[in-house]
Amino acid sequence: MGRTLAEKVWDDHVVTRAEGEPDLLFIDLHLLHEVTSPQAFDGLRKAGRAVRRTDLTIATEDHNTPTLDIDKPIADPVSRTQLETLRKNCAEFGVRLHPLGDVEQGVVHVVGPQLGLTQPGTTVVCGDSHTSTHGAFGALAFGIGTSQVEHVLATQTLPLAPFRTMAVTVEGELPEDVTAKDLILAVIARIGTGGGQGYVIEYRGPAIEKLSMEARMTICNMSIEAGARAGMIAPDATTFDYLKGRAHAPKGADWDAAVAYWQTLRTDDDAVFDHEVVIDAAELAPFVTWGTNPGQGAPLSARIPDPASYEDASERFAAEKALEYMGLTAGQALRDITVDTVFVGSCTNGRIEDLRAAAAVLEGRRIADGVRMLIVPGSVRVALQAVEEGLDKVFTTAGAEWRHAGCSMCLGMNPDQLAPGERSASTSNRNFEGRQGKGGRTHLVSPQVAAATAVLGHLASPADLSDVPTLVEA
Amino acid sequence: MEAFTTHTGRAVPLRRSNVDTDQIIPAHWLKKVTRDGFEDGLFEAWRKDPEFVLNRPERAGASVLVAGPDFGTGSSREHAVWALQNYGFRAVVSSRFADIFRGNSLKNGLLTVGLPQETVELLWKLIEEDPAAEVTVDLVDRQVRAQGITADFALDENARWRLLEGLDDIDLTLRQSDEIAAYEGKRPSFKPSTAVV
Ligand code: SF4
Repeated sequence: MGRTLAEKVWDDHVVTRAEGEPDLLFIDLHLLHEVTSPQAFDGLRKAGRAVRRTDLTIATEDHNTPTLDIDKPIADPVSRTQLETLRKNCAEFGVRLHPLGDVEQGVVHVVGPQLGLTQPGTTVVCGDSHTSTHGAFGALAFGIGTSQVEHVLATQTLPLAPFRTMAVTVEGELPEDVTAKDLILAVIARIGTGGGQGYVIEYRGPAIEKLSMEARMTICNMSIEAGARAGMIAPDATTFDYLKGRAHAPKGADWDAAVAYWQTLRTDDDAVFDHEVVIDAAELAPFVTWGTNPGQGAPLSARIPDPASYEDASERFAAEKALEYMGLTAGQALRDITVDTVFVGSCTNGRIEDLRAAAAVLEGRRIADGVRMLIVPGSVRVALQAVEEGLDKVFTTAGAEWRHAGCSMCLGMNPDQLAPGERSASTSNRNFEGRQGKGGRTHLVSPQVAAATAVLGHLASPADLSDVPTLVEA
Repeated sequence: MEAFTTHTGRAVPLRRSNVDTDQIIPAHWLKKVTRDGFEDGLFEAWRKDPEFVLNRPERAGASVLVAGPDFGTGSSREHAVWALQNYGFRAVVSSRFADIFRGNSLKNGLLTVGLPQETVELLWKLIEEDPAAEVTVDLVDRQVRAQGITADFALDENARWRLLEGLDDIDLTLRQSDEIAAYEGKRPSFKPSTAVV
C-alpha cells in the first residue's frame, strides 16, 4: 500500500525500531529560543553531557525581546536574565545564536525558513508549539517540551509514538478577498481545537497548491490550534523556488540531488489517510474569532452565536465563559465590535507578504482615532525588506507604530501587552484568556482584516473601506 | 524522574474544557530559568477568585486533578507540568489531553489518565458531594478507583514501564549511540547544516 507524505518523512528518519517501543527518530534541525531552553541546558550540565550536533542546532531571541529601544538594556530584570542565560548557554555549548540586534534575529519560525534551513523531507523540532509552521516545506516539524529539548540536544534523536494521518483537502479556488489565515481559522472552527488530536494534517488540493510559501506557513503554523501534532504541505516548484539561493539551501550537485529527493515527497495515489476533511474554498469568507479559543470563530458577516444553541454541554459552557470574558453578547454582529488595538505580526502573519497586504490596505488612509496599531516584522530581514519597499512609511503615515522584530504582542512576555479590558484585532494565533496581557481580549484576524479594522475602528474587511476615501498625499 | 506506581489522594474537580497551558501557567511565569517555584503561578488568573475551586479550604492538599476535555492545549510549555507538580498534583484525569502536554507530563512523572467523559462526570459528582473522598490512580493495574467507581485506563506499555521504573529517557537513548552514529553516517550531504557559511 502507498504511503502518505508524513509517513515517508517519518520512515526516512527512523534510527531504530523495535516491537512495543516508540521509534527512535533522527532530528535534522533543532531550533532554540530563550524561553524553553534554560532548564534543558541545565540538565545537560548536571549530567555532564554535550550538545551532540551543534551543526544541526541554532538559537534566536524572540519572546522576551522588546520592540522599542533595543539598544538600551532590557528593563525587565527577569526577561534580561532569561536572554543572558541563553547567551551564556549557547557560548558554553557552542551553539550558533542570533541575539537581539543581530541581522538574522527574529521569531524562530520566521528565521529558520528565511535562512533556507527548513527544507523538504527534514525533521524539525523546537521547544515551541508553532514549530508546525515549518511543515509548509514538506518537513515533519513539531513542537516539543523542555525535557525533549534536552533529549535532542544530548542525542539528536527523539523516541516518538506513531501518529495518525489526516488530509484536509481544499477544493476549488479561494475568493479574492479570502486569505490563508481565513482558511485556517475556518478549518479550526470546523474540526475543533481537539479535532487534530494525534494527527499529522496534510493540507492538499488545488487551493493549497496555488498558495505562496508564506501563505502555506500561515496555514501550517495554526495546525497546533486544531490540536494536531504537525501540519504539512507537499513540496513543489513553489517550495523549490523559495529555497533556491538561500544561505543554507543546498548548492551545486547537492541542489540537484536534493530536488530529486524532494520530488518523491508526495502522498502516493493509493495511500489511505486515517481521516479526511474536504473544504470548498469558494464558500469561504474573511473569518474572525469571537471567543477565547481559536475554534470559536465565524465569518466576519456573522453574528455571535448563542451559547444555548450548542448541544454539547462543555462547548456551551465554554462559549458562555468566553463571551463573559470577552465582554460580548450573543447575537451581536461581529462587524459592530470595536477595538482599541491592532497587532500585525507574529510567526503566523509577520512575514513580508503579510506586511505588504496590510500596507496595501493602509496606503493613503489613516487609522481611526483612539486606535493603537503595532506593526511588528517577524524578523530583522523582513524589516529590512519592508523598509526597502517603503512599507514602513506607509504604516507610519497611516498612524501605525513601526516596531523592531520579535514576538511582541503575540504573547504577554515582553513590554507589548494589552491592558485589562483592552480589545485587539490581532494577526497572531491565540486568543486565549490573557494571552496578550492580563485581562486583554483578542480577536484573531488576517493582516487585511487587521488593517481595515484599524481604519474603521471596528472589525472590518477591506471591502468595507470602499466608501472611505483615500487621502491624497500632500 | 520520580517513579509512579500508585497514588491515592483527594481530588479537585475542574469543570472546564479546553484548559490551555496559558491558563495553567501564564506567560510571564515562563521567564524563570528553573524547574521549581511555579506553584503560585498555577491557574493564576482564576485563583484571584476566592470561589475558584482550588481556593476552597476543603481542597487544600488535594493531589489528583479531574478536568474537562482537551486539557493542556496550546503552548508546548513544560512549565505547565512543573506548575501542577510544584503545587502538589501527582495525576490529572481528563477525557482528552493535548498531545504535547501529555508527552511532557509523562516525561516528568505526572500521570495523565484518559477516561471516558461519563466516568469523569461520575468522579466530579463524587468529589463535589464529598470533598474528602479519595481517588486512587493505580498505574500497576491501570485503574482508577474511588467509592463506587472502578475504571480501567489505557496507557501504552512502553510509557507505563518507564513511569513505573522512573527511567531517564536520555540514558535509554544513549544506549543506542552506535545506531545513531550509523544513521548519521548515511545521511545525504544535501541535508541542512547550521554551520556558518
Ligand atoms: S510569534 Fe507568538 S506564537 Fe510565534 S513563536 Fe512568538 S510567541 Fe510563539
